[in-house]
Amino acid sequence: MLRLDSVACSYGAREVVKGVSFTLHARDVMCLLGANGSGKTTLFRAILRFLPLTRGEVSMDGESIAHWPRRRLARMIAYVPQAHTPPFAFKVRDVVLMARTAHMNSMGVARRHDYEIVDQALDSLGIMGLAEKEYTQLSGGERQMVLVARALAQEAKLLVMDEPASSLDFGNQIRMLTEVKRLSERGVSVLITTHSPNHAFLCASQVAVMKAGRLLACGLPDSVLTSSCLEEAYGIPLEVIDIGDGNRTCVPLAGTVRPRLRRDARI
Amino acid sequence: MTQVNQLSAEPPVSSQPVSRSRDRVPTIKFVLLSFFLVAVTLASFLLGRYHIPLDAWRKFLLDPGNGGVATLVLLRVRLPRILGGLLIGAGLSASGAAYQGLFRNPMVSPDLLGASAGAGLGASIAILLNCGASAIQGISFLGGLGAVGATCFVAGRVRRGNDPVLVMVLSGVMIASICSALVSLTKTVADPDVKLPAITFWLMGSLASINNNNIVWPLFLIPLGIFVLMLMRWKLNVLSMGEEEAASLGVDTRKARWVVVLSATVLTTAAVSLSGMIGWVGLVIPHLTRMFVGSNYKVLLPASVILGGTYMLLVDDISRSATASEIPLGILTHLIGAPFFLYLLVRTKQGWA
Repeated sequence: MLRLDSVACSYGAREVVKGVSFTLHARDVMCLLGANGSGKTTLFRAILRFLPLTRGEVSMDGESIAHWPRRRLARMIAYVPQAHTPPFAFKVRDVVLMARTAHMNSMGVARRHDYEIVDQALDSLGIMGLAEKEYTQLSGGERQMVLVARALAQEAKLLVMDEPASSLDFGNQIRMLTEVKRLSERGVSVLITTHSPNHAFLCASQVAVMKAGRLLACGLPDSVLTSSCLEEAYGIPLEVIDIGDGNRTCVPLAGTVRPRLRRDARI
Repeated sequence: MTQVNQLSAEPPVSSQPVSRSRDRVPTIKFVLLSFFLVAVTLASFLLGRYHIPLDAWRKFLLDPGNGGVATLVLLRVRLPRILGGLLIGAGLSASGAAYQGLFRNPMVSPDLLGASAGAGLGASIAILLNCGASAIQGISFLGGLGAVGATCFVAGRVRRGNDPVLVMVLSGVMIASICSALVSLTKTVADPDVKLPAITFWLMGSLASINNNNIVWPLFLIPLGIFVLMLMRWKLNVLSMGEEEAASLGVDTRKARWVVVLSATVLTTAAVSLSGMIGWVGLVIPHLTRMFVGSNYKVLLPASVILGGTYMLLVDDISRSATASEIPLGILTHLIGAPFFLYLLVRTKQGWA
């Protein structure tokens, strides 16, 4: 469904993504892993067309998205940004209704159908109780859920989520990832970045690991998420352990980590 | 989210009452605002230096075509001034509200991109060149458009960063600064007996010089600008979430930005070229309205328009009847606006609503 064909893009003269290709099928959850500065976020911005490609092509259902109007793109790809605080106190329902912009007429007149979809999206995530609250008054976790609801109400085929678990506590991280997995069962595909390999064990049907702007590995979680591959991606000694029932987890081997941060540039 | 999950345990809310809640347009609030507007407008017709006795009112209402003094005062003096006040207040508030959304900052006012400064410069030059009243208005209008045009041109040349909005703000500050320097220059070379006071008074802002001639263009341009912004009001909601997010939600942000900037600029320059510089209205009124009706531009923008017009009339009533000689309106809007804004700042605990 989503197909990247040797995609490259750069900030100024510096090429940050250097030829990435993969295919994402319907109902797939692809987890994108990689160290800081490996080009994950840049790749996301390229897929969403926030950044022009210098080479390659991004296509949906076999058609290049390069010249699609924003409206058409928004009906195909929904973006879940990291939870943030907008300057004005919108009602949660209004924030979610923004998802319907691409389905409304150019003056933004919402029809009954649009409100129903908004209510369905809120209801399906169990946050109907937040509908009349002010978005700015919510906790980080609640805000993140509202943004997911908004992406659902957009009725797109692909959800692109930028570290949806980053502002959440341990329990909510797991709940969020379970939610992501549930979404894919409804027929949407999900592309998600995360900083924790363990998140990929929980929800991914595909894993892609990036290093220095290229794909280090891409494929099924079991074949990609190995000690050697993750060690190369993050530059620390670690171990992937089988903890029974087919569950695996990734632990760093403390004591042997050199006390030096890798280039900590978030791009 | 634990809380969130508990919420989901509640029985599913039936969609009927929920979907009805969308129709809860704050009708009562709009009725209140409109009532206030009508009351202030009527009061403004009654107030004034020239006392109109009851008898003259009856004569005017029965036959508005009679040539009596009272009729002339009402139709030639008060009517254009009241219309002008309404238009200027509404226009500045609408463009201020729109800019606050577009630039995602509640501290933004309509002169952000240099519209007022450019209009002031245009007027100063026109006064310096001995132009007539309508030429001053026209050159001032062109000056405002030119300044914003320069801002957009400079911003368009900047090829770094991915925050076009920030680049526009910075360019606007620079252009406004250049304009005010040039205004000072015109003051230095102006003849101190006639032209210097004329420039100074123009810059202070007043509705006193509005008449049936100079109101014609604003009467056409300001409703047009407000109409276009009204069409954009849902997109203003989306734009206030940020450039990339708005784009991902399906808004052609570049196009939307141009439409908003163009209409807000026409509104601001049409207002300023009619009355001179009137500060704080475009900043304070959208805030006040937000406290009253909430942040959703669907409601906020029309409510700002009504409240802005009312506020301007009210301040103008004070300006022409508080003291024996008229206090320039621009001074009053600063005197009222700034402390009021401070009050809002203290009162608002979190967010900007």
